[in-house]
Parts: sequence; structure tokens; C-alpha cells
Amino acid sequence: MSDIYLIFKNLTRKPLRLFLTCFAIMVAFLIFGVVTTLKDALNSGIELSADNRLVVVNSINFTQPLPYAYVNKVKAIEGVKDVVHMNWFGGYYQEPANQLVTMAVDPENYLKVYEEVVLSDAERDSWFRNQRGMLIGRAIADAYGWKVGDIIPMSSNIFSNREGGHTWEMEVSGIFDGRDEQFGTNFAVFHYKYFMETQTFGGDWVGWLTLTTDDPALNEQVAKTIDEEFANSEAQTDTSTEKAFNKAFIEQIGNIGLMIFGIVFTAFFTILLVVGNTMILAVRERTGEIATLKTLGFTAKRIFTMILAESMLLAFIGGLAGLGLAYMIVEGAKAFLAQFLPGLVLSDTVALQAVGFMALLGLVTGLVPAINAYKLNIVTAFSRR
Amino acid sequence: MTDNILFDLKGVHKSFTRGKETIKIFDGLDMQIKKGDFLAIMGPSGSGKTTLLNMLGGVDQPTSGEVLFDGSRVDTLSEGQLSKWRANNIGFIFQFYNLMPMLSAARNVELPLLLTNLSKKDRKNSVETALKLVELADRASHLPKEMSGGQQQRVAIARAIVSDPKLLLCDEPTGDLDRHTADEILEMLQLLNEKFGKTIVMVTHDPSAAKYAKRTLHLDKGEFVEKDLAA
Ligand SMILES: Nc1ncnc2c1ncn2[C@@H]1O[C@H](COP(=O)(O)OP(=O)(O)OP(=O)(O)O)[C@@H](O)[C@H]1O
Ligand SMILES: [Mg+2]
Repeated sequence: MSDIYLIFKNLTRKPLRLFLTCFAIMVAFLIFGVVTTLKDALNSGIELSADNRLVVVNSINFTQPLPYAYVNKVKAIEGVKDVVHMNWFGGYYQEPANQLVTMAVDPENYLKVYEEVVLSDAERDSWFRNQRGMLIGRAIADAYGWKVGDIIPMSSNIFSNREGGHTWEMEVSGIFDGRDEQFGTNFAVFHYKYFMETQTFGGDWVGWLTLTTDDPALNEQVAKTIDEEFANSEAQTDTSTEKAFNKAFIEQIGNIGLMIFGIVFTAFFTILLVVGNTMILAVRERTGEIATLKTLGFTAKRIFTMILAESMLLAFIGGLAGLGLAYMIVEGAKAFLAQFLPGLVLSDTVALQAVGFMALLGLVTGLVPAINAYKLNIVTAFSRR
Repeated sequence: MTDNILFDLKGVHKSFTRGKETIKIFDGLDMQIKKGDFLAIMGPSGSGKTTLLNMLGGVDQPTSGEVLFDGSRVDTLSEGQLSKWRANNIGFIFQFYNLMPMLSAARNVELPLLLTNLSKKDRKNSVETALKLVELADRASHLPKEMSGGQQQRVAIARAIVSDPKLLLCDEPTGDLDRHTADEILEMLQLLNEKFGKTIVMVTHDPSAAKYAKRTLHLDKGEFVEKDLAA
């Protein structure tokens, strides 16, 4: 027998109470794991955006087009490395419910600006050559079972083509992966030229521009120069970093950060109160036993440590169970959600944070009863009964 | 002082403060306990029996005066030193047994050995010996709630003697037991005193329990009123 055995026996002496407390802690860490992972996935677009990437949109709002001529004008500005113009296609496959994020781009510049899109040289070259070719992300390929060479009818919920329909035939030229696991591959890109020549909307326009600067330090200067350049033109621009742009886009859904903080904080605070209260009561019930241990010669310090260890153990049993469950849920949902919410992984950082919170929970809930036990006076403890 | 004296109390004062009130329990108590003695302490409720036992056991300190154990002061030791001293020298037996409810008899007996450097094997042997001595070897794996009061008190005795202390302090060890069971427990204490040379100080309300002791002291209002009935 050792102190560890005593701690274990104390912890498990009321199995129902142990189960309920562990369950409560488990739920808290389940919420923490899942919700933080969701947040990370939503933010991964922001986090993974290159530091030197800027987005130029129409200052009215980002759904308004820009004149095609802007592309070369922006390209000429000092500090600008590469520029790609992009058009939102509003794509879907067969049913409008099967939404596919699809954009018409200028292929060569697209791959220069988006270095995290990786594919084989052969596929790249074949895409460049084939005007009807499109690149699809791995997530889409997996979801629909499409392979290189497949001819896919891609429909648009915005545009119609000259043949009178809403559907364009495209050939899968390549399937790309993300450089990082969290990079979402749930979209497709195809030739701007093909789009322009076949759609009925007409005109020399692009949706927006994405560009890279020579150095992130130049971002501000470049953005200012661009916006000033077009200040007196028909279409004024609003240039910001891709990070800021994505963030603004996500924040349209609501202030997710604050919401998540609210949920997690509420869950934790409730659990903290419940577990803390349970520990205090559990230890108070043992007043006589603690006094006996002290009488036998167990030092106050040793008893303090045992109680703190007990609450730590409790926090870790419940916490690790919750984290494990969160991991399983995330892994289970990953395949399902790959299309809508790419980058869904319970990261090491989240796991480490959770472990940190477990230690903190154990410490906070164990401290008061441990101090009470430390200070417990044998004489008064026995005369109280 | 001869080597024969285990405990020597010199001019012990003890008072409790409860709010603004100060209650004097002992006002200059002198007392000696010889090695190998079996001493019963009797007296009315509130006369200070438990308080005296607490001071002997080092769980309470006198307000002033000296407590010497085997020639050295114990009233001046720190909490940590006292814990160690108790673990090494004293076995406690309580009225309500005070066993750990979630531990088996054997584990309860083993508790004081966690405070020693004994190996696992030695601890096991000591526990077995102690349980055999109180005739509970066959109950080693039972929980306290699965045993009668008398059996629980025997486990408590085994716990008190397992680390082979010189002194046993018992506060009404039979206070919660029927006559017959009480006699069994008292015979056991007598055996420990006579055959194993344990010094025993026992507080009791029960005159027939006191008969098992070698001598009885009567405490009243913090003083011994009749001394050494046996002598
Ligand atoms: N921690 C304490 N604080 C204040 N007063 C105390 C405390 N402990 C004991 N007393 C008081 O000291 C006196 C002696 O108490 P003690 O417990 O030593 O008596 P006792 O002889 O053991 O009595 P009993 O036979 O009822 O057990 C009592 O008046 C009691 O109220
Ligand atoms: Mg008493």
C-alpha cells in the first residue's frame, strides 16, 4: 500500500459521486475540445493566409466587379510581385444543394499567388493547356469520387451561358492538395478565358484581385498606393490583407471568438463550482479520518498533497475522457464536413491547452479542501463530534 | 531522574480560550508514568482526561510547563517533529475505533507503517503478526463495516501496535462496547502490557474496566484526588 492507493481509495469511495463529477468534467472538456477545434477550423483560412497577400475589392462591396484593366495597373505598382484576378462562379453540381466553391482565374498567376495549392507538374501543365480544364481540391475529389480526365457538368446559380443553360462542361485536369493539413481543399478553379467567352453577362470585368507583395512590410504602402490610384476612377477599390479580408468575411456569421469564449467560459465556470463544491464536501465528510491520520503521524503537508493529488486525478480522469471523446467526434465528423469545413483537426495546441486547464481545474478545486485539511486541528476535530 | 520514567509532567498548565472566556483545565499538574505501567485514568466528564491524554500524545500542547518523554522535551517540538515522534513512539486507540472505512482490516493496520522505511515484505509480515495477535488473521480482507464493534476495536489495537510503539494511549476504548466484548478488549490490553511490555494509559468511565489496570488515578477539576488505589 502507498499514498497513491489511499488517494485512489478516497477518490472511489462513492462511485456514483465519482461518476457524476467525472461526467461533468468530461462534458466541459468535450465542449472545449470540439468548440475550440471548430473555431480553429473557421479561423484556419485566416491563420494560413500568406502574410504578404492582399485582396483588392470594389469599395462598394466585394460582390461588385472591377474593370479588367485594373489587373495590369496594379501589377505595375512598386512592391507588387504577382497578381491574379478571380471571379466568383457560384458553382454547384447537378442540384443547387451541392454547392461547390468555384472560381474563374488566370491559371498561371493563380498558382504563383497561391503557393499552398500543390499538384504535380504534369497536371499543372495539362491544366494550362486545356481551356476547359479545371483543378479540384482533394476534398471535392474524395466527396464526389472524381478523377483526372472526368468530364463534369458544372452549373452556376448566377450566370448563364450562350447556349442558353446554366451548365458548363469542364474536364478535371488535376487534383490539388494543401501544403498544410488545415488548408481547405474544398474548392475548384477554372479558366477565366473560358468563363468570359461563354457567359452572357458580357464585359471586361473581374470579381476581385489577389496579389502578393515583395515583402509583408510593404503591405500597407502597397494597399494605400492601390486605393489612391483608383480614388478618382469609376470603380474605387478597397485593399486589405487577405487575413483581414477573411476575418471580415467570417465575422459576418457573428463574432465567433466571443461566442466561443462565452460557451467555454460558462461550461468551465459551472464545472468549477460543481467540482469545487463536491471536493469541499467530500473532504469535510472525512474530517474525522483526516484527524486520525494526523494523530497516527501523517504530516499536514502529506495530507495536503494527497488531497490535491486526488482533485488533480479527478480533473484528469474526467478531462482526458472528454478530450478523447472530442477527438473521436472531430475525427468522425472530419470526413463528413471536409467539404464545408476543411481543416477540422483537434490540434496539439488545443490538446495541450486542455491539459493545462485540467491541471488548473484540479488545482483550484483541490486547494481549498487541501488547505482546510492542512489546517485541521486534531483536538478540535475530535471534540466537534 | 531514573531511566525508569517514561513520562514526566512538570507544572503543566492548560487552559482553553473560548471567545472572551478562559477555561483553566490544569493549573500546575505534576505526574510521572513508569515504563511498563498500565494506568487507568477516571474522573467525571469535563475533568480533563482527554486533554491530558492529548498532551501525552503530543496532539495538544500545554499552555506552560514541561512534558518529558524518555528524558526529552516533547512540548517544544514542531508539528512535523511531533508527527514523527507520534509515529515512532505512540499507538492510539479511540472510543469509536476511527478506522478508514474504505480500507480493509489489513490496510488499516498497515497505515502507520507507511510512515516507516520498512520494505513491502516487512510491512506485510508486521501486519500479519499484529492481526494474529488480535485474533483477526482470517478477517484481513474485510472492510470495517463488515465487522462488529469489538472486531473493529481489535483492528484498531492491531493498528496501534503494528509499529511496535512503547506507549499505548486509549481514550475510553470500551466505551462503545458491551460488557463481554469490553472484557475481551481489556484482556488484550492487559496481555500487551504484561507479555509485550507496552506502557498503557487508558481513560475510562467504567470502574470494572479500570480493574484491569495496574493502578488508577482519579482526576477531578484538573487534579488527581486519590492516588494509587492499587498500591
Ligand atoms: N478545544 C477545546 N476548546 C475549548 N474547550 C475545550 C476544548 N477541549 C476541551 N475543552 C474543555 O475542557 C474541559 C475538559 O475537556 P476534556 O475533553 O479533557 O474532558 P474529559 O474529562 O475527557 O470529559 P469526557 O469524560 O466527557 O470525555 C471541558 O470543559 C471541555 O469543554
Ligand atoms: Mg474525554
